[in-house]
Amino acid sequence: MALTGVLRPGHAQIRVLDMDEATHFYGNVLGLIETGRDSVGRVYYRAWDERDHNSIILQPSDSAGIDHFAFKVAKVEDLDKFESDLKAWGCSTERIPEGELLHTGERVRFEAPTGHLFDLYAEKSKAITPQVCDNPPPWNAESERGIAPVRFDHGLLYGPNIAKVQQLFEEVLGFYITEEIMMEGNKDQLAIWLSCSNKAHDIAFVEHPEPGKLHHVSFMLESWEKVLRAADIMSMNKIPLDMGPTRHGVTRGTTIYAFDPSGNRFETFCGGYQPYPDWQKLTWTWEEAGAAVYYHDRELNERFLAVVS
Amino acid sequence: MGAGMHNITITDNGEEFACSGAKNLLAGMVSLGRKGIPVGCRGGGCGVCKVRVVSGQYSRQVMSRAHVSVAEEAEGYALACRMSPSSDLEITVVGKMKKAF
Repeated sequence: MALTGVLRPGHAQIRVLDMDEATHFYGNVLGLIETGRDSVGRVYYRAWDERDHNSIILQPSDSAGIDHFAFKVAKVEDLDKFESDLKAWGCSTERIPEGELLHTGERVRFEAPTGHLFDLYAEKSKAITPQVCDNPPPWNAESERGIAPVRFDHGLLYGPNIAKVQQLFEEVLGFYITEEIMMEGNKDQLAIWLSCSNKAHDIAFVEHPEPGKLHHVSFMLESWEKVLRAADIMSMNKIPLDMGPTRHGVTRGTTIYAFDPSGNRFETFCGGYQPYPDWQKLTWTWEEAGAAVYYHDRELNERFLAVVS
Repeated sequence: MGAGMHNITITDNGEEFACSGAKNLLAGMVSLGRKGIPVGCRGGGCGVCKVRVVSGQYSRQVMSRAHVSVAEEAEGYALACRMSPSSDLEITVVGKMKKAF
């Protein structure tokens, strides 16, 4: 197997202010499939083409934002290795027992220099879905309900010290950088996109003074037409839009940014390219930061650097 | 109380607009193309549309405690995206678009 170590974003736990509003949005409008509720009031979802029990977990809270972001690793033994490598790099770690999250094995937790909590886990129960039977259909009823993304794909997080985070993700977790946007002067990075696979990004960071902030969690669609369909569904449900439908210069993905009912930004996107670890990173200069983020408008909207949860 | 139209005055820039009691203040402003309150997530999570009510009655929905504390709530602070007018209102803008770069 060529893909080892950190496999992919596994789940994100998102804080929501009103669970009824949130479950209506994530279940009916976004069209994720509810897979469980636990004793502390968290609600679990997966997208229609995902193979594990959950990928989005809603946590009742009095503030919005992201509680933690988790990556799935290939093997249970990887957890020990990453834990000792994280410690050697200077990150303290914590073990969270199996079952703290429904259907999820033991997790190794660390705090990145941007102030975000990341978990690594190796085990999550398999989902029983029409897509994993013998002779599976190309799609099913759940793939047509609501916006219906294929999967939870990546996140963009805001916090300080993104250069250190790049080092941590490259040296310890095996990621590589695909793209960057530079700050004024083109010496320091404003933003970085990192991959652990051959996706254009599995996680991305923007330099920001406040630690631990969420810019967005992202959901993948299969076509530009489905992105436009998502925009219709958002308007039909009065979902507040941030930007789009448009295209990003970075990753070349087509995109919409919008907000869940608690003000957590989410993205529905399609496309991008398929990089390999030996590819050279792509650099966007400060002068073209607008086109890097919003390729058609070629300017940042006021909210891009200022509105986070 | 209710869905009648109420006059909203933003004291900072003198902007006035009519807002239905069935709408939140920020949506009322935006849908008429008016300006004055920064527009962020529109879900009570980011805090940029924070205002202080100088006079008038309003109802409020749940909003992030990270941006409006219990003490502030008692002093008339609220997020414009999570409050609806039940009378004419005078407000001042507290929130800002904070960009570091």
